[in-house]
Amino acid sequence: MIEVKGITKTYKMGDSEFQALKGATFKIEDGEFVAIMGPSGSGKSTLMHILGALDTPTSGTYFLDGKDVSTLSDDELANIRREKIGFVFQAFNLLPRATVLRNVMLPLVYDTVKRSERKARAEEMLKAAGLDEDHFNHLSNQLSGGQIQRVAIARALVNNPSLILADEPTGNLDTQTGEIVLGTFQRLNKEQGRTIILITHEPDVAQHAERIITIRDGNIVSDAKNLHQIII
Amino acid sequence: MHVLDILEETYSALSGNKARSGLTMLGIVIGISSVIAMLAIGQGAQSSITNSIQSIGSNLIMVQPGAQRGPGVTVSAGRGSAKSLTSADATAIAQSVSSVKAVAAEVDGRYQVTSKGLNTNTQIVGTVPAYTDVRNLSIDTGNFISELDLTNATKVAVIGPTVQSDLFAAGTDPLGQTIKIKQLAFKIIGVTKAKGGSGFGSQDDMIFIPMTTAQRYFSGDQYVSSISVAAVSADTTKTVQADVTTLLLDRHKITDPTKADFSTLNQADIASAASSVTQILTILLGSVAGISLVVGGIGIMNMMLTSVTERTREIGLRKAIGAKGSDISVQFLVESIFLTFIGGLTGIVLGWFIAWVLNYLGIMQTSVALYSVFLAFGVSAAIGIVFGYYPARRAAKLNPIQALRFE
Repeated sequence: MIEVKGITKTYKMGDSEFQALKGATFKIEDGEFVAIMGPSGSGKSTLMHILGALDTPTSGTYFLDGKDVSTLSDDELANIRREKIGFVFQAFNLLPRATVLRNVMLPLVYDTVKRSERKARAEEMLKAAGLDEDHFNHLSNQLSGGQIQRVAIARALVNNPSLILADEPTGNLDTQTGEIVLGTFQRLNKEQGRTIILITHEPDVAQHAERIITIRDGNIVSDAKNLHQIII
Repeated sequence: MHVLDILEETYSALSGNKARSGLTMLGIVIGISSVIAMLAIGQGAQSSITNSIQSIGSNLIMVQPGAQRGPGVTVSAGRGSAKSLTSADATAIAQSVSSVKAVAAEVDGRYQVTSKGLNTNTQIVGTVPAYTDVRNLSIDTGNFISELDLTNATKVAVIGPTVQSDLFAAGTDPLGQTIKIKQLAFKIIGVTKAKGGSGFGSQDDMIFIPMTTAQRYFSGDQYVSSISVAAVSADTTKTVQADVTTLLLDRHKITDPTKADFSTLNQADIASAASSVTQILTILLGSVAGISLVVGGIGIMNMMLTSVTERTREIGLRKAIGAKGSDISVQFLVESIFLTFIGGLTGIVLGWFIAWVLNYLGIMQTSVALYSVFLAFGVSAAIGIVFGYYPARRAAKLNPIQALRFE
């Protein structure tokens, strides 16, 4: 469960200060599929970094599964990311010269999972993300964009995170492939009860989530159930 | 992080850019192999010089005549030119100086020597039977000069193996043959064993005749060219040298030691002078090689820095999925240590091989010292750590957010 209370983030640029977040407060329950939507420069990336334990807020608190993440050191943040968070990036960020399996197993390298168990875990996640088995041993740069993003999703799932953060996951994909990837997220949310936060600037993409938090100029301007999804 | 994982990551990172890893490693290979080879050359030169000094004799003190001086005038001829030492001096040394093993005076000269149809120009040494003890000379066939030869001033000669090959066809037994030195016929009674070595007067290219014979037929006086004194042990050479000096000063009635008409040389002094020269040579060669090793190390640092920049996004990703700063720095440090480790091993093998080839082809005497291998290996490991540390720290300190956005 995510509990964010009045978090702000101020960047210092020389003498001037820039407040990217001006006090965001919300809760996300386990098993929710939430979209954080806003135009570029709205502060959604800053929020994503804080939710993903890549950064700490200037003020306010962020509880992830009951643990205060807002005041941790770099190494403690790394532990949180390793244990509780799975990232899916717009630019995929796979290791180009490594096989699909090795890419998916990468987070386990930094974990305490036994070497013998890793492959089975990775294969299971790749299947869950919907990648054909005959692609498992391909190099990641031999795959199409949609396939690459499904590998990235499998990588995000492999350490059983409490939260999956997808940062513009369809930004580099065509609409049709994007739909497939978003469908994968929906399926993982429904079938496996995964908590998913989707960061996007596109309303169409945000429509795939059950709840949409809209952010503008560092403020949350709306936070509502997505009626479109509820009807379906 | 598991050790196997680190090695796997290292392997895949280095094999990902084989050409660059190979070239970087080459810098270390060249550095290490030149350290090994250069030190081996220095070491070889040192031991070859030491050996040839040892071959002159052991615990040896050489007494040579001083410069010739006119009465009261300061015009001096070259050192050793004076005729101031006699065979009586040699006898006196043998009788009155303690800790002396043997004394051998000699009368030297270079003359043309002929046998049947062949001739050579070589050093003729007129000496005494004790010469073999003093100069560690051994006889291959026949005998050395005897006391009887000395008293009778017989015209007999003992030749060195080089002289033998110069004057006689291969397979001819030189014993009993006659050679002519300065037109005088000498009968060969022995051949010395080859000692090898060159410089410092190879004793293989000498003819030994009785001292009395040399004085009677060649020099025409009672003086000797030098007196070699062998002390009983290395510890006593210093005292023997001092005692010999005192005795001779006394015998020559000289009160001021600075005006001595002879000089003494201690073999240990010669050896240490020679080894200080080769030590400088070794240091010089070693430092040139050391510089190339440092250049190789900088090459590693350069490659690692490039690699950190190139892999910024990868580092960002690794951090995002839970790698700590220490995981990242270990990975880069291991990469650079791995490069220097493999490069160092290859360099040791190559350097050893170069030293062996130089030796094998007879270009230069080399000897690979074990310490240089450990030194080179230690240095290469240290280079890996030192030159890998900065890039590794830089990678570890990267901010994951900025690293992920890096284009």
